[in-house]
Amino acid sequence: MKYVIIGNSTAAVGAVEAIRRNDRNGRIVIIGNEKYHVYSRPLISYLLLGKTDEERMKYRGDDFYSTHQCELKLGRTAQKIDVEQKCVILDNGETESYDRLLLATGSSPVVPPIPGLDKMEKKFTFTTLDDARALEEALFEGARVLILGAGLIGLKCAEGISKKKVEIICVDLSPKVLSSILDDQSSEMVRKHLEDHHIRFYLGRQVTGFEGYTAVLNDGTQIPFDVLVLAVGVRPNISLLRDAGGRTNRGILIDDHCRTSIPDIYAAGDCCESLDVSSGETKIMALLPNAYMQGECAGMNMSGVDYVFDKAIPMNAIGLFGKHIITAGTYKGDTYFESDGEHFKKLFYSDNKLNGFILIGNIEKAGIYTALIREKTPLDTIDFELICQTPGLMAFSRETRAEKLGGVVNVSVSSPIGISCAE
Amino acid sequence: MVVNCQLKRVYVNEKWCLGCHLCEYYCAFASTGEKDMARALKDIRINPRIRVEERNGISFAVSCRHCTEPLCVKGCITGALSKSGGIITVDRNRCIGCYTCILSCPYGAVSPSEDGAIQKCELCIKTHEGTPRCVSGCPNGAIVFEERGE
Repeated sequence: MKYVIIGNSTAAVGAVEAIRRNDRNGRIVIIGNEKYHVYSRPLISYLLLGKTDEERMKYRGDDFYSTHQCELKLGRTAQKIDVEQKCVILDNGETESYDRLLLATGSSPVVPPIPGLDKMEKKFTFTTLDDARALEEALFEGARVLILGAGLIGLKCAEGISKKKVEIICVDLSPKVLSSILDDQSSEMVRKHLEDHHIRFYLGRQVTGFEGYTAVLNDGTQIPFDVLVLAVGVRPNISLLRDAGGRTNRGILIDDHCRTSIPDIYAAGDCCESLDVSSGETKIMALLPNAYMQGECAGMNMSGVDYVFDKAIPMNAIGLFGKHIITAGTYKGDTYFESDGEHFKKLFYSDNKLNGFILIGNIEKAGIYTALIREKTPLDTIDFELICQTPGLMAFSRETRAEKLGGVVNVSVSSPIGISCAE
Repeated sequence: MVVNCQLKRVYVNEKWCLGCHLCEYYCAFASTGEKDMARALKDIRINPRIRVEERNGISFAVSCRHCTEPLCVKGCITGALSKSGGIITVDRNRCIGCYTCILSCPYGAVSPSEDGAIQKCELCIKTHEGTPRCVSGCPNGAIVFEERGE
């Protein structure tokens, strides 16, 4: 069996680790357009911040490829899939035949067609190690950095460069920061926190053009700057599969086995659309945990083990200037809400299910809520009032708890003293 | 590929839990590397990896289950969390404290440590005669360390 994986990031690693659980002898060939050992993309902001370095950014150890017997073709781009011949054609003309192919091609930053942008030199996107290095190179003390986009990438970039004595200005079309993961109230709280850390926002506005290094907004505001960061979003890399005749929408369409519409071709990670079980909608969830789990699912099925991944939900854990934010699911239904200005908690529920949550500040045991969403736990089987206040296993029935914590302890090995309590 | 897989796990039976929180103290003590518990924990606000939940006379301790399908490891954005030999450990040097594992863990068994990296039970069996401290320190046998079928 010969496995070919296009892409060398999270989903690829998930696939490799799964394949090697089932197949020790098959060939695995990884084609990656970056020349680096697999690294964690989200860490590029921490790299600029000095909280990690290129060594520690490695997503797996130096021996990962040798231990998992992977052949690497790095610095190469796959240009075409020949479905008939079952091979991939690379940019240098080489072909790589496959029995099973995984597309773990990720996504690419969107570069909006703004007049004046093409003439600009100091403009950067912020998704790869090379991006981070190039941006760092361009910064200087007192530089005015304009970030287009107040989403996860833009704000992590802002934090990343915040210790470099630069001025940070952030523009977003949305009237709120982190609009994809926060509601109005929590977004407001986070914006204030960011403003306290000297980020200046122009929200609900867009850049209509650049006159040299001055951005002109739709309300006429002019913002002079020195360095531009484009963080308006990412677009799944789907062209390989689309051109091969596979089914795509905004992302590659996969089933719960991570199969595409073309036999023996699988896809995983940011290049895909997948089913969000919290909303029932098919959408792009470009998130690292989902990428790993989809990659794993693809790898299992590619190596002959029937495996389903049908628990994907949107979920994010992000820290910004010391404030932690954890969110998951869909924000619909009735709400449970508490906030003291410092901490924020909102739970969204309907039809006897938890749909989503937003936690800021106190994020303790957030995974208890995530599990309720993922498992669609009927809320009438738990003490919902209690779990709203305090996430914990206490809210579950004694039987469920006994199951979760290990079942009934065999009497012969249990209490030597024999004091039984809480009966 | 896995050698010497640790099949024993920490299991908790709330029926026997006295709610004394000693497991939390033993856990905090285990990570200090000190010899004397009283001295090691004197004037320290402990931040243990095992936590007792209690309410209305019910109490039980919760720590990492070292899951067979560990969502924390799969979701870890840095690769700092890994599972080897049946034990899930964290490479604190690589953890940047994003808390995706806290978002992922269905037991609430991962928590922030004092320095921002995460902490979780790593089964302190290498240092303590093959038994985790919380287990050997439990005065009522409510926490056991044994092998059970899945």
